[in-house]
This record gives sequence, C-alpha cells and structure tokens, in this order.
Amino acid sequence: MIELQHIQKSFDHGKSYAVKDTSFTVERGELLGLIGESGSGKTTTLKMINRLEEPSHGSILVNGSNVLERNPEELRRNIGYVFQGIGLFPHYTIAENVAAVPNLLGWDSERIHRRCREILDLVGLPFDEYGDRSSTQLSGGQQQRVGVARALAAEPEVMLMDEPFGALDPITRAQLQEEFKRLQRELKLTVIMVTHDMTEALLMADRIAVMKEGEVLQIGTPRELLNSPEHDYVRDIVEMPKRRADRLETLMREP
Amino acid sequence: MNDNLREQLLLLPAYFQGHLVLTLISLSLGIAISIPLGIWAAQSPSVKRPLLVVVSIIQTFPSIAILALVVALLGGQIGLVPAITALVLYCMLPIVRNTVTGLETVSADVMEAARGIGMSSGQILRRVKIPLALPVIIAGIRTAAVWTVGLATLSTLVGATSFGNYIFTGLQTRNLVSVTVGSLAAAIMAVAVDGIIGGIQWLTENRNVNPPSEKYKRVKFAVIVGILAGFSISAYSLLPKPAADFIVGGKTFTEQYIIAGLLTAELEDVGFRVDQRLGLGTEVVYEATANGSIDIYLEYSGTIWANRMNEEGNPGREAVRLAAADFVAEVDGMVSIGALGFQNLYALAMRKDRAQELGIATIEDLIPIADTLVAGGDLEFFGRPEWITLRDTYNIDFAQKLTFDPSLMYTAVDERQVDLISGYTSDGRIAAYDLQLIEDNRNAILPYDGMLLASAKAARNPLFMDTVRALVNRVSDDAMREANKLVDVDGRTISDAVDYLRSVIRQ
Repeated sequence: MIELQHIQKSFDHGKSYAVKDTSFTVERGELLGLIGESGSGKTTTLKMINRLEEPSHGSILVNGSNVLERNPEELRRNIGYVFQGIGLFPHYTIAENVAAVPNLLGWDSERIHRRCREILDLVGLPFDEYGDRSSTQLSGGQQQRVGVARALAAEPEVMLMDEPFGALDPITRAQLQEEFKRLQRELKLTVIMVTHDMTEALLMADRIAVMKEGEVLQIGTPRELLNSPEHDYVRDIVEMPKRRADRLETLMREP
Repeated sequence: MNDNLREQLLLLPAYFQGHLVLTLISLSLGIAISIPLGIWAAQSPSVKRPLLVVVSIIQTFPSIAILALVVALLGGQIGLVPAITALVLYCMLPIVRNTVTGLETVSADVMEAARGIGMSSGQILRRVKIPLALPVIIAGIRTAAVWTVGLATLSTLVGATSFGNYIFTGLQTRNLVSVTVGSLAAAIMAVAVDGIIGGIQWLTENRNVNPPSEKYKRVKFAVIVGILAGFSISAYSLLPKPAADFIVGGKTFTEQYIIAGLLTAELEDVGFRVDQRLGLGTEVVYEATANGSIDIYLEYSGTIWANRMNEEGNPGREAVRLAAADFVAEVDGMVSIGALGFQNLYALAMRKDRAQELGIATIEDLIPIADTLVAGGDLEFFGRPEWITLRDTYNIDFAQKLTFDPSLMYTAVDERQVDLISGYTSDGRIAAYDLQLIEDNRNAILPYDGMLLASAKAARNPLFMDTVRALVNRVSDDAMREANKLVDVDGRTISDAVDYLRSVIRQ
C-alpha cells in the first residue's frame, strides 16, 4: 500500500510548486494510472515515492513505513522501477541486468541464478536463449521486457513505472500492456504507472488520477471518470479515446 | 652492411630497452595518477576547472623546458628520475581530460536507472560510470602513449638512455644514419604501442558480444602477448646489472662526443666498467658532476669563468684556467684534472693565401686595413661580448659585417666572398678549408681551455686519476681540429675520431 499525505514539491524554494498539496492512497494489489500532460507534476510525484526527488512538505508511507525515515538506496532496492528510457546497463548481459538489484541486496549467487531464470521466462525471454546476450542486441520491446524483469527480480511488492511503454511501437506496446497487466494481477503488485496515454490508462489501471498543474483534479475508476467527470479537462481527456473509437467505427461502416 | 650502420645497430638493444623502460614506467605512473584525478574532477566541478587548467598549462610548456626545470628542482639529479617525472607530467592531459569526458558522457537514461534501482554513488561510479567510460579513457591513454614514446627521445638530454641518443648524437656529429635509425626505431615503437592500446580499446568496446568472435580471440591473444613482451623486456632491463665503475658525461657537440669516447676507451683499457651519459646541457652536466651522478667530463675554462663565476675581464689563459680549477674545487667540490691542451674559442680566420697576401698574423696587423675588409660571422657572433671586447680592445671595425649559417660561412670565406670569418679554434672545418687563425695577441677573447672535471668520488681512485691525468696536455689544437674534421667534414664515426686521437697521444 502506498499513501501520499499532503505532498508538495517546489524546485525554487517555494516560489512555485511543481506538486501542490497532493494526497492519495493506492491499495495493495492495485494499479493506479497517473495521467497528465508534460509538466503536470506526475513524474515528480512518482519520483518522490522512492526518493529520487525529496518532497518539500508532506509524508509518504509505503506499506505503513515513512519513506523519509528510510535509507534512500535501501528503499529503492525494495521498490521495482521501470524507466521511460529503459536504461539497461549496456556493459552487462541480459542476465546481469536482471541480477542487478538482487546483487545489490546481497543474495547468494545460486538464488540469483534461479530468480533470473524464473523472471526471464516470465517476461517471455527464455534464459537459455537470451541470458548471455548483450542488451544492445535486443529490439526496443525486448529491452523493456528486460526492464520489467529487472524491476521484478527482487520480488518487490510495490512498483513504480514512468511511462514504461512510451518509447515502443504501437503493436509492441499493446502486447506489453496486456502481458504486464496479467503479471500485475498474478503477482498482486501494487503499482503506480505514470502515462500521458489515456487509452493505456483506461485499459490497464484499476483507478486513474488525473493531474494538471501540480494538482490531482480527480481520482477514480475508469468508469467513474467516464461517467461523472468533475472537470472539463477530465471530461476532455477521458473522452478522447472514446471519440477516436467512435470515429474509427464510423470509418469502418462507411461504404 | 656499412660500418656506420653496423655500429648503430650494435647500440640498438641498449637504446631499445632504455626507451621502453622510460615509456612504460612513465605511462604506468601517468595512468595511476591521472585516472583518479580525472574521476575526482568529474565528481566535483570545483576541482575540475582548476585541474584541467593546470594540466593544460603543463602541456603548453616546451618539453625541453620541463626537462630542464625538473632537473633543477631535483637538485641537478640526472637519469631516469627527472626523465620519468617530466614524461609523467606531460602525459597527464589526455588521460585526465578523457577520463572526465568519458565519465560525464554516460547516458542519462543509464544513470537514472542506476540511481533508481538503488545503487549508491560509489556503486554507480564503480559498476556503471567507469566501465562505460573505459573506451574513452583508453583512447586518452592511447594518445598519451604515443606522445610519451615520442617525447622519451628528449630524455637523452637529461642523461636517460633512449632512442634520442641516436638522434642527438647523429644531429651533432652529422651522422644521418644514426638520426634515421633513431627516428625509425621511435616511430616503430610508437606504432606498436598504439596498436596494443588500440587493441585493448577495441576489446573493451566489443567485450559484450556473445559468443566472442574469432577476431576477438585473436586480438585478445595479440594484446596479451604484446603486453607481456613489453613488460618482461622492461623487467629484464631493470634487473640489477653489474654497476659501472665510472660514468663519463658530455655535452651536445662533436668534440664532446669524441673526448667522452676517448675517456671511456682509456678507462676501459685499464679494466674499469664505464657508462656514458652524453648529449647533456651545460648546466645539467656540471651539476651532475658536482653531485657525483657523473664522474668526468670535458668543460671549458671560459665557461666556468663567465657563466659560473660571473667574472668579467680577461686576466689571460693561465689565470682563467687556474681560477676555474680553484672555483670548481672550492664551490662545487669537484676536482680539476687539468687541461687537455686545446682551446675551443671564437677566433678570426682567413684563407692562408689571403693572410699571406695581406701580411696578417695577429689581429693588430688588421688594424690599418680592417675598414677595407668584409667579415662573416655566425648567427650570433657580432652580438656576442667576444666581438664587442675584440672591437674595443683593438679599436677596429670592418667595412661590412655579414652573418651566415655556420656551414655557409666557411664556404663564403673559401670562395673569397668574405675576407675573414669568426671560427671556433677547434672546429674541424678550419683544417678542412685550410684556414689560418689570426692570433689574438692582446688576449681580448676569453680563453676556453678544454679541461677535465671529475667528481670527488672518482678522484679518490688512484688508478682512475693516473689514467685520466695521462691525457693532460696531450691533445693539441691541431689534433682536436683534425679529430673534429674526421666526423664533421669527412663523415667518419666518433670511434674513428677516438682512434685517431689515441694514436696521436700514443706517439
């Protein structure tokens, strides 16, 4: 479970706020989509959870403990993170990339090996075929599968994802979205996923928080947002995928 | 194969080892110092700027000046230590700069991931930044290595053996074979070192290709063989060798090489083991003999009088020589063995037939006719104190004063384009062009008696003293001039000239 309590973040000593008084809770096993435009504060909010950014005010609890009281590195090792830029280590093999966090946690090598095999099979890159390859030999989609495997390797309960599928082509993206959603349900992961793609949020998230100019405008299930948007902005972005779907349908009906 | 080339190739193993040891030690130290400095600078902007400025400034110093400064700072010590110090200072810039650049250009995505998965800043540095910066750092080392191989040739000037011995000896004694052998050898070593480090660079760039290609295995094998060969040859040449009993020093011109050869041959004949440190600057060889790094060399009385004692005026040849001998003993603790008999000083010279025609034997004879004569000087003569003193002492001046490159100056007097020139008394070309020296009968020009200076330590050895004392007053102006001529004009080797001098002395 992740709880944000009155979180604020200023990068200029209080002249302006990138994140303004934000509070929300993500339940255990829930996937929260955090959506908004560039500059809405969604990525900053995400990064404060594992202390890649420090909040100016407020507190954050992960499974009941205040992250600000924990050692940042140790905290990060226990929270899976999937990056927009993927960020695989080019000088490591696939297996070494996946083993990175277990290594930092000091697991014994036999356990690391077993876990690498398990997790690479889980993301569809069989260990025997891919384990020894260099990450530079993979396609973008395969690289982000490794990125997900790396985040999952140390069996975290909580995962943070920063536009994880943003850099992929549409077909690969759809495939990975479905697969990840299935994994998340199976493993009962608590996930916050930052995205600017409403379709992705609607299809994957249990609940969606819409952010604009540092504030959460509305938080709710996809159905709640579609049926009862509380702001024009929320209505606009929630209806966008529906409008596009309608147009596609019309196009297909035309002779 | 001609004798000259054979003589040069015999020197190759010693020079090769010397050069390799200098290069490898300097480069290893340079790497060991520069990479940590580069890492420090990349982590801390307040260090980076001043550090890069300092290493860049070192680079802008002429390399010869760095060598001279290092020798001075080390109190006149010569040999490996000052040479390596200078080379290390010189090779720092490319390594430091590439280390900083390599560390700073690691992709932002990778850095974010490293932080985001929970690496500490030390772990990020060791596990991510340094490995990823490695190809760039190695490229810097590669540049530094090629510079070091090239610059190591200058180590000869501070008494460390290198391929520079070929080059400097060759340039001073007009032995183009020697210059060519030295330059080629240095170039080949530079290409080999560049190839080996280039191989390492390629290996680090391709280390993640699985399975390793055939080419990868071959490059790896070649690199390992190259490195092992380099280090084992250096280790071998650093093994303690039977130490030389005495070390003969010398400056950078033909006469110095010949006298050093003569001293070496005489000392070896009585059973001593002798090493040479030749091609040294005047300051360097003087200080080195004072502190015992060198045991004996040829100095000139006028140099000590004017440069060391800062005396002006000219009390005469004998007085200058005695004062110089006292000075080196009292101030610098050396022992003056005595004068060899010849002088090496500026003197006016004329074609013999022209001198007879005008009836000239002394500079006084020139006084009535000087303003009708054309004089030639080398590039500096008419600006030197020697000329000023000469002009004022005899109150003469010439109708025209022309300056020439020294070799053109001799041609000019030979072809009667000028009436007289400024020569050096022991210059071989005086004999080659059959010129007559005009006597400085008023002693206007400072005497430059060739005298042997020995270290205090060497002077305590009676056999050494007997051997070198036997040379005192045995090398006349004519003999020295002829020996210089053999090398400078006839293109013979130093050892030919030494053999000639020894035959003259034995008569």
